[in-house]
Amino acid sequence: MAFLEINQVFKRFGQVEVLRGIDLDVDLHQVVCLIGASGSGKSTLLRCINALEVIDGGEIRLDGDRVSGRGIDVDALRQEVGIVFQSFNLFPHMRVIDNITLAPRKVLGMDQDEAEAKAMALLSRVGLADKATDYPDRLSGGQQQRVAIVRALAMGPKLMLLDEITSALDPELVAEVLNIVRDLASEGMTMMLATHEMGFAKEVSSKVCFLHQGVILEEGPPEKIFGDPSEDRTREFLKRIVDAGRL
Amino acid sequence: MLTYRAGAVASLFFPPAGIPALVHSLRAQRLAEKGEIELAREHGEKARNWAWYSVGVGLTVYVVAALVGLLFANHGSVRVVYFAWSILTDGSAWHSMIKGFWINIQVFLIAEVIVLVWALFVAVVRLLPGPACRPLRFLATVYVDAFRAFPAILVVYIVGLGLPQANLPLVGHLSDMQYVIFALSLTYGAYVSEVYRAGIESIHWSQVAAARSLGLSYSQTMRFVVVPQAVRRVVPPLLNDFIGLQKDTAIISVIGVLDVVSRARFINNAKGSLTAYSMAALLFLVVTIPFTRWLEWLQNRRQARTQGGR
Repeated sequence: MAFLEINQVFKRFGQVEVLRGIDLDVDLHQVVCLIGASGSGKSTLLRCINALEVIDGGEIRLDGDRVSGRGIDVDALRQEVGIVFQSFNLFPHMRVIDNITLAPRKVLGMDQDEAEAKAMALLSRVGLADKATDYPDRLSGGQQQRVAIVRALAMGPKLMLLDEITSALDPELVAEVLNIVRDLASEGMTMMLATHEMGFAKEVSSKVCFLHQGVILEEGPPEKIFGDPSEDRTREFLKRIVDAGRL
Repeated sequence: MLTYRAGAVASLFFPPAGIPALVHSLRAQRLAEKGEIELAREHGEKARNWAWYSVGVGLTVYVVAALVGLLFANHGSVRVVYFAWSILTDGSAWHSMIKGFWINIQVFLIAEVIVLVWALFVAVVRLLPGPACRPLRFLATVYVDAFRAFPAILVVYIVGLGLPQANLPLVGHLSDMQYVIFALSLTYGAYVSEVYRAGIESIHWSQVAAARSLGLSYSQTMRFVVVPQAVRRVVPPLLNDFIGLQKDTAIISVIGVLDVVSRARFINNAKGSLTAYSMAALLFLVVTIPFTRWLEWLQNRRQARTQGGR
């Protein structure tokens, strides 16, 4: 039994079917990259996994427990599953340290000192200990995204969802964020990434899924998907990426 | 070049600026005919500037002159009616007025605090999610719609005169001032809740997504993430409504509270001059103007922050 099981998941926005029967298993300590064109459903799939979107069909199981459908405790689920967004979404009215300690204090009931100590340890790891008392708008995009990752990690999640976390960054800031993801991967954090950084996906992932029009058209180890894809559409997509100089 | 000339001639309606405008435009034309086009442009520029001065300064001078003229027209009757010296210098009149104004200030301050809390409560109720809360949302919506429609003066009558007559439990035995505070809080609570609501709705949903994804509940998200940002955002419009509230405390005179307007009316009746009303107006001015300037300063600072980048 896989750590995360996604069975025949459907999601519709009005008339538009964004997910049309997604099947995917993610094992503990796996890093799964979702690739595919804009609108193929990568972000929606991630948002469904931590119930930011309610799915219209199928089921999602985390650690054996069904986490989709009626009557589930979404707050409990989200404590297990961290998500980092493309646009950081830090709380602009709070200092960096308060951004990080808010959820541990209010949700986990951690006391202030403990939460701050933990936050400072995480901030040091990503090289931002000196920014703890700054407000987010004083930070560069790369720094903000690193804080956002720390904020998610502070809840001690078992699964991290990273939704195109470098897409809003200037090119020279991408590496500092990806380095953290690389570290997390080497420590065995289970992760799902929606990404356009193909080079990074190739390097870090244990499994790559190519999404096309709401279904996983092809999945496999990165060498297979990037080296010898079996689907024509995967090949076309990768060719466009190569032509754009992104791989 | 001829266009400068037309403008310069037109600006002669205010000669101190109009004459230099005309002189420069004539010089510009002469220079242009001699082929000294660059020098001509400089004089043309000066002509234009002077013409604008005649608009900006000239119009102001005429408007002020007209007002001063009114003050002295009909043997200075305006001055006698609105600014009778004997009342303006009457210490006991001022004493009485200021005592009345203190009531307005008290009503304003207490009502303001109540409105701030009550309106936020109403706004949050109106934005409660889910079908279960629909009746509550409906109730809050009815309240807001109704009390934004009722003129404040009607609410003061209904609350201030009606509730004691009906002799209701809890709200039948308050002082006049308490009724007035109640009435104004009801009216302004409806307005201000809409300001809050707009502020809350202006917070991007991605902030809610971020908070919820960390495991915060709906109410925790509102309390720690959405409302603090919303309140910061609506401070200038809130202050605007409070200037309105401050002025509307004058309505309380209609149910016999001895506020500044009631007292002005007594003096008016006794002395047959409207001067006391001018004095009341002056008192409102003295309080409101620093308040408005402060508000503008806040708004400018906010603008400078958002436009000045990071």
